[in-house]
Amino acid sequence: MTAPAEVERPDTEEIVDRPWVTIVWNDPVNLMTYVTHVLMELFGYSRDKATELMLQVHHEGRAVVSNGSREQMEADVARCHAKGLWATLAQD
Amino acid sequence: MRFTRHRGGVRADLEAVEVQVLAQLANEILAIVEPAGPSDDASEDPLATLVGLPSGDVPVPDDPVLRRLLPDAYRDDEGAAADFRRYTDSELRAAKRGQATVVLGTLPEGGGQMRLDRDQADAWLGALNDMRLALGTSLDVTEETDPEDYAEDHPARQALEIYGWLGWLQESLLSCLDPRLGSERGPGA
Repeated sequence: MTAPAEVERPDTEEIVDRPWVTIVWNDPVNLMTYVTHVLMELFGYSRDKATELMLQVHHEGRAVVSNGSREQMEADVARCHAKGLWATLAQD
Repeated sequence: MRFTRHRGGVRADLEAVEVQVLAQLANEILAIVEPAGPSDDASEDPLATLVGLPSGDVPVPDDPVLRRLLPDAYRDDEGAAADFRRYTDSELRAAKRGQATVVLGTLPEGGGQMRLDRDQADAWLGALNDMRLALGTSLDVTEETDPEDYAEDHPARQALEIYGWLGWLQESLLSCLDPRLGSERGPGA
């Protein structure tokens, strides 16, 4: 699994399709175990990976949980909202 | 009341007062996420209506609870957030109503044993989360909130105790629903 933050970016001014990312934000209500569960269910992450992302949300306030086309990220954000996660999408 | 595994699903024994509290909260969720009112936009697009897409803008909810249940999808782009809301609002509200309806339909009237299959248990998990989001937002909880900071007769005390109980219930349900271990998503997937 490569985090979108690690995606190689060209140094040149060359126009490239920058990927979009789905970001999950920390909130004081959602249980840590619930966030881990949802990340496993929605994105098929292993328990270890989902736990790592959940802890990143908890400690750093946010984590990128998926990346891809804008349309894919809108679908991912909608699925997160359906589960009650506070998610947004942005261009990386 | 706690959830235990039972034949691919879960079961729990509920007291009458627990049924009453959960039914009240589920009904509150239903009331909060009721369908957005019909658009009074006179320029409604008949084609959009025909294919079931909303043609008017769906306003950002004023109510902080509803705003938490139906959040913005973009932080710095109001136009894109409005478009997203326009196309997802109705489905998201329907999903949340569906979960709350499963809770109301499975609660044993007057208390007793409840059995849930896996789909019902998933709906319960989501509904419990919506209840916590609604209650937590209206009580303005933080990660440090402790009901015991309030006097026993303080109005927030009982609500925070219910909020804490819902979290405990949700943990109990989560511990029964050992999530399927999916294949790890590869780079760029």
